[in-house]
Amino acid sequence: MSGKEDFRSSFFEECEELLEQTQDGLDAMADDPHDVEAVNGVFRAVHSIKGGAGAFGLEAVIDFSHKFETAMDAIRSGNVDLTDDMLDLFRMCGDNLSDLVTMARAGRNNPTAASAELEERLLEITGDMQEEEVPDFNPVTLDLGLDAGLDGETETETETETGQGLLVYTVRFQPRAELFAAGNEPAPLFRALTRLGETEVAADISDLPALSDLDAMSCRISWLIRVTTDGGEAEIEDVFEFVEDCCELTIDSSIDVSGDLRFPDDGDLRDHGPDGVNIDGAGPAVLDMPGLGDLLPDLCGGAEGFGSPQGNKNEAGEARASADQSGADRKSAVAAAPAKQAAKTTKSSSTIRVDLDRIDKLINLVGELVIKEAMLSQSVGELDIARGSGVSAALDSVKQIANEIQEGVMAIRAQPVKPMFQRMARIVREASTATGKKVRFVTIGDYTEVDKTVIERLVDPLTHMIRNAIDHGLESPKDRKAVGKPAEGTVTLSAAHRSGRVLIDVVDDGGGINREVVRKLAVQRGLIQDTDQLSPSEIDHLLFMPGFSSKTEVSELSGRGVGLDVVRSAIHKLGGRVAIQSNPGEGATFSISLPLTLAVLEGMVVQVGGETMVVPISSVQETIRPTAEDLDRLGVDSLVLRNRGELVPVVDLGAFFGFRSAPDTLEDHVLLLIAADQGPRYALVVDAIQDQRQVVIKSLETNYQQISGVAAATILGDGRIALIIDADTVMRDLGSGGPGETSMKMAV
Amino acid sequence: MSLKILAIDDSRTMRNLLQATLCPAGFDVDLAEDGEDGLRVFDDTDPDVVITDINMPKMDGFGFIEAARQRKRDRVVPILVLSTESGAEMKARARASGASGWIVKPFDEEKLLWAIERVASKG
Repeated sequence: MSGKEDFRSSFFEECEELLEQTQDGLDAMADDPHDVEAVNGVFRAVHSIKGGAGAFGLEAVIDFSHKFETAMDAIRSGNVDLTDDMLDLFRMCGDNLSDLVTMARAGRNNPTAASAELEERLLEITGDMQEEEVPDFNPVTLDLGLDAGLDGETETETETETGQGLLVYTVRFQPRAELFAAGNEPAPLFRALTRLGETEVAADISDLPALSDLDAMSCRISWLIRVTTDGGEAEIEDVFEFVEDCCELTIDSSIDVSGDLRFPDDGDLRDHGPDGVNIDGAGPAVLDMPGLGDLLPDLCGGAEGFGSPQGNKNEAGEARASADQSGADRKSAVAAAPAKQAAKTTKSSSTIRVDLDRIDKLINLVGELVIKEAMLSQSVGELDIARGSGVSAALDSVKQIANEIQEGVMAIRAQPVKPMFQRMARIVREASTATGKKVRFVTIGDYTEVDKTVIERLVDPLTHMIRNAIDHGLESPKDRKAVGKPAEGTVTLSAAHRSGRVLIDVVDDGGGINREVVRKLAVQRGLIQDTDQLSPSEIDHLLFMPGFSSKTEVSELSGRGVGLDVVRSAIHKLGGRVAIQSNPGEGATFSISLPLTLAVLEGMVVQVGGETMVVPISSVQETIRPTAEDLDRLGVDSLVLRNRGELVPVVDLGAFFGFRSAPDTLEDHVLLLIAADQGPRYALVVDAIQDQRQVVIKSLETNYQQISGVAAATILGDGRIALIIDADTVMRDLGSGGPGETSMKMAV
Repeated sequence: MSLKILAIDDSRTMRNLLQATLCPAGFDVDLAEDGEDGLRVFDDTDPDVVITDINMPKMDGFGFIEAARQRKRDRVVPILVLSTESGAEMKARARASGASGWIVKPFDEEKLLWAIERVASKG
């Protein structure tokens, strides 16, 4: 078996789910302290973590989860009433357990700094309920190899010795009906005894009634078994451990070891049965058995288990391994039948676990497929084949199938944001403790599915935004009361899908952005000129400028030299945008908008100045063929478009990138009305629209370098490379005179 | 005919480990993730031996054993409890439900197989 590592990592994966269940359960308990199923759920999740941790010998996890579990059990059993303090403690315990699991995963198997205090507080809940169960729960590092062998509980006994440290025990055994009713039978028990050493067995059938009087539900046979073993009495007791209450059992070590195994004439065994008619009417019948192996030849996996008593315990394991080669058709329970690796999987499970690499490989291949399909389309197009012909119809369906495959593959990578949201709940708790502000944390859209990589990379920026919302957004309870708000602030984290993008909002009901202060600070730090005219929204977005920090004193929480500019660039790297909306006194909303996938983009392929470029369709609100009446000239060289009662600045894409100078007239050109996340809408002048299609995103940064105004590159159907424009930065960079300059006047 | 074992545990890790231990030992293994699920598989596959966890959602191990014991069979199927618990009270309760044996989690391979050996009759 080579899969130990696989099991380990699959255990840690399961732990993540169990920790999620723990959080869910605690949330439900907070909503309804009497929700029994919620308490049960937490108990089971923690219990399962303990169970798994036991299999891998993760002591720190075992210890802590045991105490946690015991406290949950106290709540579950109704012995202790749940209080808010306990709920807080349980949440902290959940967090701590999560930390312990993370550490164990990294190979560190020691308690966290918080463990001791939390354990102590858990003990306060359970009091003396913490039975002595922990020492009983001996972690076993599971060895899945074939190195089998009983634990050597060697007891030094000085009883009936036969040399070489062997002891002889005589076991009397008479099963009662309950033993059979519980699914036990004598034969397998005897067979188990043969593992301990050489065994002889005799059956006393003197109590058997006449056939007509036989009662199928009662056992009238008793047995005498002589075991020669180097083990102790405890090992024999172990065999009968679970059935000892359903049988008469004595284990004796003082019976004469020589001679035949016989029942004493007045064996007390027979006291339990009524006098019956013996089969032959000739008093106690004794069946002498040379060895149990002969009695149960087909059950015992062959002679290996019986030959030399000393070697039995070890050979038993080897017997299993070697039964295969011996070719005998022994298929006892434990003697090995040919190893059967392919087990039936669970019938109820409708999910499978797949290595992420395999999916990513598939995604790449599908990406290539989309490119090749585009190339094929283009070649076919150049052949001048009539639309509706067989070829173009077939090509259309190939295109459709390719798109569906792509969507399907992307969907595999998609995961609900819930686990990440739960991590944020912890951030909220910690931030709340650190700032002394009371926070209610609300999540919306937990089951919104987002690409796995996107989720992973969102953790850091979101953590920062949540901390920021609590540290800077929410007012202190006192200040909140003063303005008539509830003392407890609310931070809402929501996720939703909208028009092919994922929207994630962090909303707080705090004081909102103090624009006076922000503006003053920005001037102080030389980010803007005192004379600059900025709209309220532009002032808000100054928060994302590098080097901006709105708090004069460095707070413990967000003052780690990381500003919101880091958040912004992390989001940008994911192909996303972030924006702020704030109403003074009412709080602020930070909105992140992300592509569903990092691999492809729905794009509009345009011609400009002889170049082919791609504009993300998500940015294009409308395409317009302008007439002279639609356009107005402002000043010397500024053109505006009249659109639905609004004046929209016109930007020439060719001139922006220096492909050509701006045309004198916009007739024969096309305007793309661009709605950027930030700043006003604008109209982008292009020469012609060529196509609308999915393009595979090839990062410019990893292949070349970042260029302002360009988001990435792609490969077109004819194999040429086209740049994908970044609709947001075009407008932003316009003020600074084009992509060459990096300084910017407006935030984001 | 290999012996057919039904293993019931709500922990995927445990199910994996049980399967990894039992399959190479020559058993036919079916898995289920709670008592209810276990009862379905029990009815479907008619196992020779059952190994069940106690703490599970929907229907716990005791519930499963009691329900399984109500099923009409031409023989009493051995049911082993596999649990982290080891208290006498729990064991007594399992016995009263009709359990055939008790294995303490975490199990080591040898002990698990031995426990099966103690209850498994040939099919």
